Amino acid sequence: MALLQSVATLLLFQLFGELLHTLLHLPLPGPVLGMGLLTVWLLRSKQELNPALARTAEGLLSILGLLFVPAGVGIVANLALIRTAWLPLTVSLVISTLLTLVVTAAVLQGLLKRQQRVRA
Amino acid sequence: MTNFGYHPAVFLPLAPLLALTLTLMAYLAGVELQRRLKTPVANPVLFAVVVIGIALRLTHTSFAAYFAGAQFLHFLLGPATVALAIPLVQSIEVIRRSLVPLLAALIAGSLTSALTGYGLARALGASQPIALSMLPKSLTTPIAIGVAESIGGVPSLCAVLAIAAGILVAVSIDAVARSLRVTDWQAIGLAAGTAGSGIGASRVIPQHPLAAAFAGVALGANGLLTALLAPLLAKLLKHW
Repeated sequence: MALLQSVATLLLFQLFGELLHTLLHLPLPGPVLGMGLLTVWLLRSKQELNPALARTAEGLLSILGLLFVPAGVGIVANLALIRTAWLPLTVSLVISTLLTLVVTAAVLQGLLKRQQRVRA
Repeated sequence: MTNFGYHPAVFLPLAPLLALTLTLMAYLAGVELQRRLKTPVANPVLFAVVVIGIALRLTHTSFAAYFAGAQFLHFLLGPATVALAIPLVQSIEVIRRSLVPLLAALIAGSLTSALTGYGLARALGASQPIALSMLPKSLTTPIAIGVAESIGGVPSLCAVLAIAAGILVAVSIDAVARSLRVTDWQAIGLAAGTAGSGIGASRVIPQHPLAAAFAGVALGANGLLTALLAPLLAKLLKHW
């Protein structure tokens, strides 16, 4: 039953997220709002995090890659879309994505090191 | 006409079952391949997508027919996204302590993605709607599509770019971290989630709990930030 309760919790918060998205026309999709709502709920709750919920989340997140495969196959089906501008799209996608990785990682690691030095 | 054995109310029909089984087996084969080759380039998502893509081509199967079965896995993306709250809550003390650096890095990464994505595509000769589809490419697909739509991009193209960016992050994040000597799991997680949203996150989540927490934060916060900033950016970039 613990597994079912955990899955029900996740679905319930996804549903709350979808409702919030639909009713308030928020720019974030239901599951992302659901993640935010569940975070707030768990932080405000006085009880320890339910180990069954933690296990279910871990299990689901360990196969997150698999869950993207159907949408990924959709790329192959839609590959004709990039045909008209494949060169600028491919080059800018690769450079821009790598730059984003570099900037985000370097800024965070640099600032965290500075913070540690200041606190030390 | 007699219909032997098959009862639609009882069993998953053959074609969707085949799609579902093929997806699982292709992914498992990709996991095994990555384990043997020990390189993130042999990414199980990329491997499964290519194998299934080729199989559909060869058998003249439409994406719709494949998706009829594969949608059961696709559906789980919703609860899996909600589940990102758990590593986030488990690491909340670290997130609180790193909050200011985290926000600074997130804003820097978010702007880098939007501006270089649009700017490079434009500089290389892409039309404005196509370059605008590039602007939200690092967001999780449903947000990316919504943003592309609102700023005059092409939503379906944007979906393709968002997934391609995620796969690119999944295959390159280890090499990028190594070459930059980034060893901090907070930085690796935040970078993967900011540049590659869900698929990027899926590469770092199993590696460290802090990476999972920061990738989850990045996915949500970058989505929110870019969704709010994109209309303004698009207006500023309109004349270029």
